[in-house]
Amino acid sequence: MHYEAPIREPLIIGDKSYHDITVEVARPIETKAPRIWWFAFSLALLLFLWGIGCILYTIGEGIGTWGLNKTVGWAWDITNFVWWVGIGHAGTLISAVLLLFRQKWRMAINRSAEAMTIFSVVQAALFPGIHMGRLWLGWYVFPFPNQYGSLWVNFNSPLLWDVFAISTYFSVSLVFWYVGLVPDFAMIRDRAINPVQKHIYKILSFGWGGKAKHWQRFEELSLVLAGLATPLVLSVHTIVSMDFATSVIPGWHTTIFPPYFVAGAIFSGFAMVQTLLLIVRKMYKMEHYITLQHIEMMNIVIMLTGSIVGVAYITELFMAWYSGVEYEQYAFLNRATGPYWWAYWSMMTCNVFSPQFMWFKKLRTNLIFTFIISIVVNIGMWFERFVIIVTSLHRDYLPSSWSMFSPSFVDIGIFLGTIGFFFVLFLLYTRTFPVIAQAELKTILKSSGEYYKKEQKDHGEH
Amino acid sequence: MASTEKHIIVRALYDDDDVVLDAVKTVRDKGYHVHEVFSPFPIHGLDKAMGLAPTRLSVAGFLYGLAGLATSIVMTYYMMITDWPQNIGGKPSMSWGLNMPAFVPIMFELTVFFAAHLMVWTFWMKNKLYPGAEAQNDDPRLTDDKFLMEVELKGDKEALTALLKESGAIEISEA
Repeated sequence: MHYEAPIREPLIIGDKSYHDITVEVARPIETKAPRIWWFAFSLALLLFLWGIGCILYTIGEGIGTWGLNKTVGWAWDITNFVWWVGIGHAGTLISAVLLLFRQKWRMAINRSAEAMTIFSVVQAALFPGIHMGRLWLGWYVFPFPNQYGSLWVNFNSPLLWDVFAISTYFSVSLVFWYVGLVPDFAMIRDRAINPVQKHIYKILSFGWGGKAKHWQRFEELSLVLAGLATPLVLSVHTIVSMDFATSVIPGWHTTIFPPYFVAGAIFSGFAMVQTLLLIVRKMYKMEHYITLQHIEMMNIVIMLTGSIVGVAYITELFMAWYSGVEYEQYAFLNRATGPYWWAYWSMMTCNVFSPQFMWFKKLRTNLIFTFIISIVVNIGMWFERFVIIVTSLHRDYLPSSWSMFSPSFVDIGIFLGTIGFFFVLFLLYTRTFPVIAQAELKTILKSSGEYYKKEQKDHGEH
Repeated sequence: MASTEKHIIVRALYDDDDVVLDAVKTVRDKGYHVHEVFSPFPIHGLDKAMGLAPTRLSVAGFLYGLAGLATSIVMTYYMMITDWPQNIGGKPSMSWGLNMPAFVPIMFELTVFFAAHLMVWTFWMKNKLYPGAEAQNDDPRLTDDKFLMEVELKGDKEALTALLKESGAIEISEA
């Protein structure tokens, strides 16, 4: 029943029992934070506070505090929005798509990847919110009856589709994550000694007890939610890309955008998962669960999606030439050789060239190298959005209105602030939530644990 | 967990998922009714071994999805076609059928939204799970590495105890 081909590498290293998994997953919650955690948390908190200051300044003074001008009316805000949404995609991909494909290696990493999804969508949602100027009127993006008629939202607009897509994505990811967390919170609750902690985890665990019928429903629910989340995650970045693709700006108006954006999203998301997990496994000594094999698998995904993105870039260039539209041709020539050439070539280097190192097993199993590449990829993917957005806008149809964009300190501050906010949330999560889906992981111990696999090899199937 | 007036529940604790699964099969083969099994993680095949009916949660999910789809159709029809039709970008709102392609993303998102959220609500309600609920397991080891089978007593108690012992139980008690 627990048979797995001996050629497959173990996913749980060492002679672990179910109890060992419980203890090791609960340890970060039950022990004091390491010094490095406090250091990282303080740094993230400072960035976050700086970001809040810049957001309040924007709301108080208006969008004029940003570096926008009448030609480049969309710049860092939408770049950051798309970047953060894209990062979120890998979490859903790991938890939903890999569940549908029955990939067991997802189990050690899905909890943190989903946490990353939720925290990064929070960052993304900030940007359209503050770009509205009057944040307190944000509810106007939803179809509420109002005193103007009612005047309804425009269901033909991709920006409204985006509202629905992001809201659905965020809320569905959140409940998907929470359903999986409940049995693990119950485990923490049952171990807690401190009465305050016990009470908090009692509330969080919803009273879960692990009855057979409940597990049956749990598994069915997880499967169906995964089935729903898979097309959902593809729809979200498709719709984000339609914000651009349905407009008539050269460089945006292309049908390749949806698959191209989705591949880019998965690419950047896996890079961020890689960054975060390398920190988590080191900080909490989770090397036996988040193994070198997990890192290698993710590097392969990064290599694959990076290459897809590369093909998309080249296809875009080809289509610009092949379309025969001189505006389209100029937009791409300007990207590669115009005043923003450095952004374009940074993007190309980081996204297309750097993942190709992962063809070499030595490099993709090297932790330091992986960490560096994961950061490089995220920088590259930020540049990709910047290139698409700013270089397509800054030289429009009328040469007299051509201009450049330079960010103000507020633009930079808000972006750094979201990075701070993201890490504040993630670091708090690693100390209060079980960072590994331990209930799920226990189901594969006998088939994929190193000890059991060795037993099986020595004594045959039992 | 609470024993009813008629039935006495015998609780047997195990320390392995395969052992408890075999025990469920053995006990049921002998004609006993397995009242409940608690486990720290889902055991593959346990629901069949216990004779639990398949869950209809996914059927409910399908219906919820249809409800979401219907909502989106009614909503776009009412708001865009009848209540305040507008000519947006030279594309007038003539009929729902002609405008439908622009509504596909909304229809899809609401289908998913309804299906996912209502399924999760159904899951909480059917399982009586809510914030602050008392733990359904009274033994904290059941979320760690122990497995509990509750069997309804029928006939001789000694015979059942012996059977449970033989099936690998490490602790036997009465509730």
